[in-house]
Amino acid sequence: MTRVLLRLVFVFALPAVLVAVWWVASAGSTDVYWPPLRTILEAFPDVWTAERLREDVLPSVLRLTGGYALAAVVGVTAGTVIGSYRRVRAVCEPVLEFLRAVPPPVLVPVIMLFAGIGDTMKVTVIASGCMWPVLLNTVEGVRAVDPVMAETARSYGVKGTARLRHLVLRSASPQIFAGLRQALSIGIILMVISEMFAASNGLGFTIVQFQRGFAIPDMWTGILVLGLLGFLLSVVFQLVERRVLGWYHGLRASTRRSP
Amino acid sequence: MLDVRGLKKVYEGSGRRVEAVRDLTFTVDAGELVCLVGPSGCGKTTLLKCMGGLLTPTSGEVLLEGRRVSGPPPGMAFVFQEYGRSLFPWMRVGENVELPLKQKNLSKARRRELVRDALESVGLADAVGAYPWQLSGGMQQRVAIARALAYEPQVLLMDEPFAAVDAQTRADLEDLVRGLWRERGITILFVTHDIDEAVYLGERVIVLSASPTVVQEQLKVELPAERDQLHTRVDPRFAELRTHVYAQIQAAKRGEVTDSVTKSDTPPPR
Repeated sequence: MTRVLLRLVFVFALPAVLVAVWWVASAGSTDVYWPPLRTILEAFPDVWTAERLREDVLPSVLRLTGGYALAAVVGVTAGTVIGSYRRVRAVCEPVLEFLRAVPPPVLVPVIMLFAGIGDTMKVTVIASGCMWPVLLNTVEGVRAVDPVMAETARSYGVKGTARLRHLVLRSASPQIFAGLRQALSIGIILMVISEMFAASNGLGFTIVQFQRGFAIPDMWTGILVLGLLGFLLSVVFQLVERRVLGWYHGLRASTRRSP
Repeated sequence: MLDVRGLKKVYEGSGRRVEAVRDLTFTVDAGELVCLVGPSGCGKTTLLKCMGGLLTPTSGEVLLEGRRVSGPPPGMAFVFQEYGRSLFPWMRVGENVELPLKQKNLSKARRRELVRDALESVGLADAVGAYPWQLSGGMQQRVAIARALAYEPQVLLMDEPFAAVDAQTRADLEDLVRGLWRERGITILFVTHDIDEAVYLGERVIVLSASPTVVQEQLKVELPAERDQLHTRVDPRFAELRTHVYAQIQAAKRGEVTDSVTKSDTPPPR
């Protein structure tokens, strides 16, 4: 019981301090651009009504989910193929390095040209940015399959899809998840950016609208919502990761105990 | 049962040519327990991998029941030295044992039966639900043995399976292998660098020379079938046999030394 309490204290101590500092520092602020935290919090329930959540937050989250899922599928599939065949890797690697170096936001105007300004464009932008960390980490993970495990699988006739499912992907899963984690934060950034360019709803769109209309406290609430959304998604991600990679954390803990 | 004929394996790569195995010919009869022993680095693992179809020999062939081995045959099971890297850490013990059976298109009930039976044979019936990394090294190697048993092989190939476990666990595992062999009548080819282990376990010991490897000697182990760690190891016959094998291996090593001496003795070209 006391341990749980202690953990809660550890989790909430720093956020509480930061909020308090913000509150006190901004309390007497008359600067239009830095309204008191109090004003921002008062504006919050008025701005983020159920209707707004449905019409702005939900579309954003759906675009993010779509783009992220697409990136995960394409990244893991392509990464597995590239990681499994040395020849394919030799051909693809220079191109990959180049494409990875292009900052995804730059692609927004380009993608707009052929994907229009609708949801397709936004999902494509998110997917094209999220794909790289997933792909590159999958390549590394697939390449790093332990040779003894690979020989074990071979000698017991585990091949084809069974090999892929039970050996290659499972063995690469810690690295795939590292890629997915990086991709998640990239995805949130791209979600906002893509909605700032050409959109009629969404979180990014709303925040820019508030800013242009000089509704500064409302703009700040939007930033808070983004932060909360990011936090929520990372909690969900951690829960999934802990479930899927339970074996990996256990294995690491046991090797740490007996090196 | 198992025929190795004129096996030769040369590794070639980056301008270096290593002749790991020169010329090996021997047979293993059905139901026999044969130990292969040789000086370290003599290509034991290479030989075993060629036999298991994991490596393609440069020349010569391996026949399992008269059929040439060109890939891992379904009638062979492998137990690797590195148990920690041979079991899949993301699968529980039961799943690890069951995975090879899934490739054999057995019914679910039959698979369960085989898994339970194999784990019982190695004394780990209650570890089905554990992850391999939750078990000790000796227990992990037992799981690897159970996986091999459940596969119902005609031939079991064991590559220095106990080299990485402590001495007491090792003694237990040796008795386990002897017990399983007598109980199930499978053919076992056991590779080791430990002379005592080879003599204690084997019905026959094949001594390999230093690399490039040939068969140095084959000898029958005339010890009673009923063996135990306490009495067998103090049996005078055991001592004789191990001394003999030891002498053979020393001779094998010296053979290599004299070879290189002759080479250096040749006068340099003018």
